[in-house]
Amino acid sequence: MGSGALFLPEHHLLCVSDLHLGKSERRARQGMAQLPPYETRDTLSRLEADITATKATTIICLGDSFDDRAAAEALGDEEKLWLKTLQAGRGWVWIEGNHDPGPLDLGGMHVAEFILPPLTFRHIAQVDQTGEISGHYHPKASVRTRAGTVTRPAFLTDSNKIILPAYGTYTGGLYAHSSVLSDLMQPTALAVLTGSHPLPVPMPRHPGR
Amino acid sequence: MRGVPKTFADWFATRGWHIHPHQRDMLDHAQDPATLLIAPTGGGKTLAGFLPSLIELSSKTTEPGGLHTLYISPLKALAADIRRNLMTPIDEMRLPIRVEDRTGDTPSSRKRRQRADPPHILLTTPESLALLTSYEDAPRMFAGLQRVIIDEVHALAESKRGDQLMLALSRLQGLCPGLRRVGLSATVEDPQAIASFMSGAAAPCAILQADPGPDPDIAMLDTETPPPWAGGGAAYAIPTVLEHVKAHKTTLIFHNTRAQAELFFHNLWLVNDAALPIGIHHGSLDRQQRERVEAAMQRGELRAIVCTGSLDLGIDWGDVDLVIQIGAPKNVKRLVQRIGRANHRYNAPSKALLVPANRFEVVECRAALQAVRAHDLDGDPRGPGPLDVLCQHILIAACAGPFEAGQLYHEVTQAGPYTSLTQDAFDACLDFCATGGYALRAYDQWQRLQKRPDGMWQLRDPRSARLIRMNIGTIQDTDTLKVRMRRARGGKPLGEIEEGFAASLTPGDTFLIGGQIVRFDALREMVVEVSRDAGRTPKIATFMGTKFATSTQLSDRILAMLAQDDWPDLPDHTRDWLDLQQQVSRLPSKGRILIESFPHDRREHICVYGFAGRNAQQTLGLLLTKRMEELGLAPLGFVATDYATMIWGLEPVVSAEALFDPTGLRDGLDTWLAGNALIKRTFRASATIAGLIQRNTPQARKSGRQATFSSDILYDTLAKYDPDHLLLDITRQEAMRGLIDFGRIEDMLSRSRGQTTLLRLPRVTPLAAPLFLEAGRTPVKGAAQERLLEEETRRLMQAAGLET
Repeated sequence: MGSGALFLPEHHLLCVSDLHLGKSERRARQGMAQLPPYETRDTLSRLEADITATKATTIICLGDSFDDRAAAEALGDEEKLWLKTLQAGRGWVWIEGNHDPGPLDLGGMHVAEFILPPLTFRHIAQVDQTGEISGHYHPKASVRTRAGTVTRPAFLTDSNKIILPAYGTYTGGLYAHSSVLSDLMQPTALAVLTGSHPLPVPMPRHPGR
Repeated sequence: MRGVPKTFADWFATRGWHIHPHQRDMLDHAQDPATLLIAPTGGGKTLAGFLPSLIELSSKTTEPGGLHTLYISPLKALAADIRRNLMTPIDEMRLPIRVEDRTGDTPSSRKRRQRADPPHILLTTPESLALLTSYEDAPRMFAGLQRVIIDEVHALAESKRGDQLMLALSRLQGLCPGLRRVGLSATVEDPQAIASFMSGAAAPCAILQADPGPDPDIAMLDTETPPPWAGGGAAYAIPTVLEHVKAHKTTLIFHNTRAQAELFFHNLWLVNDAALPIGIHHGSLDRQQRERVEAAMQRGELRAIVCTGSLDLGIDWGDVDLVIQIGAPKNVKRLVQRIGRANHRYNAPSKALLVPANRFEVVECRAALQAVRAHDLDGDPRGPGPLDVLCQHILIAACAGPFEAGQLYHEVTQAGPYTSLTQDAFDACLDFCATGGYALRAYDQWQRLQKRPDGMWQLRDPRSARLIRMNIGTIQDTDTLKVRMRRARGGKPLGEIEEGFAASLTPGDTFLIGGQIVRFDALREMVVEVSRDAGRTPKIATFMGTKFATSTQLSDRILAMLAQDDWPDLPDHTRDWLDLQQQVSRLPSKGRILIESFPHDRREHICVYGFAGRNAQQTLGLLLTKRMEELGLAPLGFVATDYATMIWGLEPVVSAEALFDPTGLRDGLDTWLAGNALIKRTFRASATIAGLIQRNTPQARKSGRQATFSSDILYDTLAKYDPDHLLLDITRQEAMRGLIDFGRIEDMLSRSRGQTTLLRLPRVTPLAAPLFLEAGRTPVKGAAQERLLEEETRRLMQAAGLET
């Protein structure tokens, strides 16, 4: 989907990655640059719109859903309630990420990986896996057009795996042509740019890889 | 001499001087609560301001000590220079007067001593004064203060520094009710406005005019080569300029931007066969470098100085006998003040030359010449005192100790810019300082004031005073990085460049700074390391300088000139150009907005001649492209100059009515306020002044990008969840002038009553052609981008054989 979520209609399954809820709270706590507190609501309202549009019955969050444990615990009451409303009547799977290991007191199922043969959902992509859906890298890609270069968060996909862009409101990104992502993906991989509708291009690659 | 003590009369006599009539006037008005002296540069203005103080201090029989006179100047360098100049009469007359300066550069040991034991005369800046008033011991330090002299008050009145200064003076007036104010100003269009600005609610202010001297001898430079179609470098004029430098003793060569000054300086030296000593001076250069140039200039060792607004104010240099202005002056008042830098000797005419940098500027220079001869100065009326400055003032007041809200409100309304401040507006500012506003109420760092049970307001955490003091001031420095020569242990500092420019550099890139070409090596902890690079063409530094917009009055004059049938007083090349425009299209006029629409190079273009000044034309570009986006005209980008905006896109524009509907444009401004980089920059400036974000923290100075990052997000948050937040109101007001300048779009619409003439033409017109060469194009992210992106992604997929 153009929003950066992945929808599997046959399973009524909506998958999002790297929500990084509570990022501003964590940054303020650690004395980093101040971010205002409203990014959590922004992320949740986009997620709600996607759920409503797709009528998904299962939601999978591919890890790094919270910026860290304390951020999950410090989530405001309003936000917790909102999340509960979204969860009501739906299957909800939290996959552990490097920012948020271990179960959280927020409803839904907490797993390290989720397997729905032939698919495996996990946070960080592994080499030589097939049917793998992951996040973690916040991939983005650039396309040079007649009117200048356009850079957007992007899905990376080849015949074995899909790497999702970050869904959270304030997240940076890693270029598809970085060496890490170029090594992970097959030569035939595509980058699918997010936006008003998804736009696929051959994945920009690291020179020489 | 009546009223002048013998010591002083003798001193004047030994120097062979006479007291100027305006210096005598100042003595006559010495007891007035407020006096404004308007005098041209070089008229002994500063001495006129100090003379009453010197006489009062010298005639005191007993020696009470303590502060008598406070002198405020907009420039740190000026404070030091004035101290040197004052010491001459004080030493020669052996007056028992102690004079000291206090600026950001003063060592902290001396600053501490000054607070405990102030000198008779203290020379300082608005920011240092605001800081002094934030200390608990301010009443003791300022006890007995008699006079305050505000130098270059016309320059201070043009910015928020002036508003801050007037608030600080209000505070001082509360501490010392007998305080007398003196303002020293260059020639201005509306002396009464400056007088009420500086005198405030209470005092009537006498306006004294010195003899303005003879009219300047001013002309446009004649060159063999005609100026180019576009650009601002005026490289074509360099040989002729050099001839003039040779023919004069000392020439000041003014430029509108620092980058142009650098480029011009570089090119000037390439043809300077006689190796005439020529220096460069601008605000991005390292302080030591600037001081060296100033010193060489004072010793009369330089034949010319290439400079920018950094030499608009300040130090008197007697030997300048020619001023050259490169590029259109944009503003008649500033031109007159610049011209005044030449021939500082009283009653000698100043000599000046204007050098248009391109074909259009020929017209503008001609219009400016007419205006100077007609003594028709320009300027926009001052708006009411800005609220972000008031917020900072409230925090400063809290640092000095608990305050009573009603009393502070009264004190604030005594300041000239704030006489019409409403109680509601004041309360909103106080509430913002206390809570941060509705959307931010949950956050500790923005809750800075609390009300005590006795009704007094105080800092919630006394330790926050330190942070507030560190962030005093209203000057928004562009985010710059220091440039140094790469050496083992910190090489020679050269100056500063903009952070954005530094970010665009890759190792090996070359640029000009301080007249030398340097190669970028590395960026290390906020320092740009470079090494010398000989003989390559530089990638020019894009440091900001100020991008002035042509004033309303000057734009009107240009439009009036264009309305003529023929232009006998313009050079032939420019006359032919306007003639051709007349034949293939039409000339813009005051009563209707001219729009040309034509295809060029596989794209559709429109050119809107609004003559609203660069900033407003830029804003117009943003608003029109937004409107075009809604109408499905798929705009791709635009470029703006002082007189026109050109937009290109995928679809031809055949009717202008839908685009120029004033309500539509105004609505556009409102919605557009939501997400634009300029408005965010405006917000950031106000948020910094009001203390919502801090540039300086005890740990470190935030880099510009860090500050931008958090202020942009704050802006988005407030816009979404608290659109009535005080700071958004302030930002909206600021949008009427300055970078966004929507006020001038309103003027343009009312001038033409929204009437437009759209001409559909087969090709580019003479007047539009230069716009294709303008730098500073702004891309539009919208449907057109989406279309091109789709086109390109499909092409890439096909090329990879993945799609047919």
